Amino acid sequence: METSATSRDRPSSRPPADEPWRDPEQQPYIAIEKVTKKFGDFVAVNGVDLNIYKKELFCLLGGSGCGKTTLLRMLAGFEQPTSGRILIDGQDMAGIPPYERPVNMMFQSYALFPHMNVSQNIAFGLKQDRLPRAEVADRVEEALALVQMSDFAKRKPNQLSGGQRQRIALARALVKRPKLLLLDEPLSALDKKLREETQFELMNIQEEVGITFVVVTHDQEEAMTLSTRIAVMNKGEVEQVGTPTEIYEYPGNRFVAQFIGTINIFNGQVTAMEGDSAHVACKGLEPDLLVEHAGNLRVGQSVGIAVRPEKLTLSKSPREGAANQVKGMVTDLGYLGSLSVYRVTLENGQQVQAVAPNILRSTEREIDWDDEVYISWSSSSAVVLTD
Amino acid sequence: MKPPRFGRGSVVAIPYLWLLLFFLVPFLIVLKISFAELQIAQPPFTPLFNFVDETYLQITLAVSNYAYLLLDDLYIVAYLNSVKIAFFSTIFCLLLGYPIAYYIARSHSAKRSLLLMLIILPFWTSFLLRVYAWIGILKTEGFLNNFLLSIGIINEPIVMLHTDFSVYVGIVYSYLPFMILPLYANLEKLDNSLLEAAADLGARPWRTFLAVTLPLSLPGIVAGSMLVFIPAVGEFVIPALLGGADTLMIGRVLWDEFFSNRDWPVASAVAIALLLFLVIPIMFFQRYQLREEGR
Repeated sequence: METSATSRDRPSSRPPADEPWRDPEQQPYIAIEKVTKKFGDFVAVNGVDLNIYKKELFCLLGGSGCGKTTLLRMLAGFEQPTSGRILIDGQDMAGIPPYERPVNMMFQSYALFPHMNVSQNIAFGLKQDRLPRAEVADRVEEALALVQMSDFAKRKPNQLSGGQRQRIALARALVKRPKLLLLDEPLSALDKKLREETQFELMNIQEEVGITFVVVTHDQEEAMTLSTRIAVMNKGEVEQVGTPTEIYEYPGNRFVAQFIGTINIFNGQVTAMEGDSAHVACKGLEPDLLVEHAGNLRVGQSVGIAVRPEKLTLSKSPREGAANQVKGMVTDLGYLGSLSVYRVTLENGQQVQAVAPNILRSTEREIDWDDEVYISWSSSSAVVLTD
Repeated sequence: MKPPRFGRGSVVAIPYLWLLLFFLVPFLIVLKISFAELQIAQPPFTPLFNFVDETYLQITLAVSNYAYLLLDDLYIVAYLNSVKIAFFSTIFCLLLGYPIAYYIARSHSAKRSLLLMLIILPFWTSFLLRVYAWIGILKTEGFLNNFLLSIGIINEPIVMLHTDFSVYVGIVYSYLPFMILPLYANLEKLDNSLLEAAADLGARPWRTFLAVTLPLSLPGIVAGSMLVFIPAVGEFVIPALLGGADTLMIGRVLWDEFFSNRDWPVASAVAIALLLFLVIPIMFFQRYQLREEGR
């Protein structure tokens, strides 16, 4: 908690080498400048500005129809921006067809050529560059080794499992050593277990080859695990750009707060400011809630106080000296093995979700259905949402 | 529970019975006649089966009709010419049909059904009438010559009717839909992301076509070519109406044998030979296809 609080104030200190976006001197590798894409009257992407740096693994995260795939397709060259421009390594991509861009894409459906075997699929891109036969063979082998599929070179795509196809699609996209690799929902066709394994593998491969990745996904967990930074998109616009920690711990608005993970929001009005701590009165809750690092707020301003479920502490009796404490009754309880999820109805009728690790091995529940509980959290755990 | 086999069997029995009655039985009759000898009688051929002294069954198989096909080079020339005309017609249909099928397959769905309608529309008029219409277009004082004269491209009419050219025009025109429809059915299924993947990997549109679209549409090309080539080899109406005296096609030879010479045995032998000529390559092709699928 404390470390992420300081990371937010970091711009003043020296940026570390692996966080080039904090360094105003750094040139972005991919610059998306005021890009808008309209399909007829429908605005798919609306004035998006993004800077992506070399060797980043950048995620475009959003629900379906948020414009993330359209943005990716504009990077690949399958769509042209209606306005704005895209620069890759300083070169304006306007009017450059997909086959001349230093960009390769891994398709959601993998789009492996069904009439070619694995090594022919991987060699396809290299052959377009008219590389000598020996070099093509070497690089295909190298790519197969990278994704651990060397034994499958002669198989046809329909003889491979979903996970194997995914690796071949990745190898085919990587083998040309593009400046930018685009991945459209790279793991969505895999089952949960395989997806988790592949996430880490994808990160390792990205580190190994040192290529800039842009990943489109609707899966927030995937985005959190994979990325250096995430752009959360909604209705064609970027809501927030930041590291996974920033996005999770410091959501910039209600959409981001609610899209990533679960969050409890208490709506109220600011009653007093002490430095950058705010007292917020919420209807039906006594006393006022206290938030640190609230920023510049006016007294009387309507705000939302957002707290993640795992930041809440549940107890059967009131805790002494808790900055924020509310009372309620457990109305729902979910046992997830490592965690338990509690849904608590407060005195004002609001539902709050809290998560607690199951530290003790016991079949007896300490807190059970219909128990009266106190929920407390520290003043630095909450975020103020002003929208 | 076991599926009701009897019910399923009776559903297929109807088409099977149909084929048996109207294909297999006539075929066997033709096969039988092809081994008979000509005689001036009613029917005009000798019986195969004879009871000698009402006790012994005598079977007379005359292979002379088949030998005759090989001896008189009229038949061989007619076969080869039919295959040649059918082959080039198939090529022309493919060259014309592929872009049309591709265009239709890539159109928006509303436009697509309209275009498909237009392809099928000619079938609403009788095939025979449409071939007759071509006589009106191609004859020396026909529409095409008049048009070319009026815009000054030619000074005197070109003889187009009753040439190989008019036969090609007739066959390509008549069979084009049979090329387009299976090609369309194939190209319509082509996954657009494969084309994008090829472009993404650096293939220009023409390379993408040669390396991805064309090989993946091969089953459609084969199906369309079969549907054009096979009937075109045996085509009778088009060469009879549009062809000249020297346009020798096996369909016409067959007709002449039956109706002008009234030599049923030779005519039947011509028909059987034509069938073998076509069926054997198809069987080879199917075996090849099964092997490909099994791989």
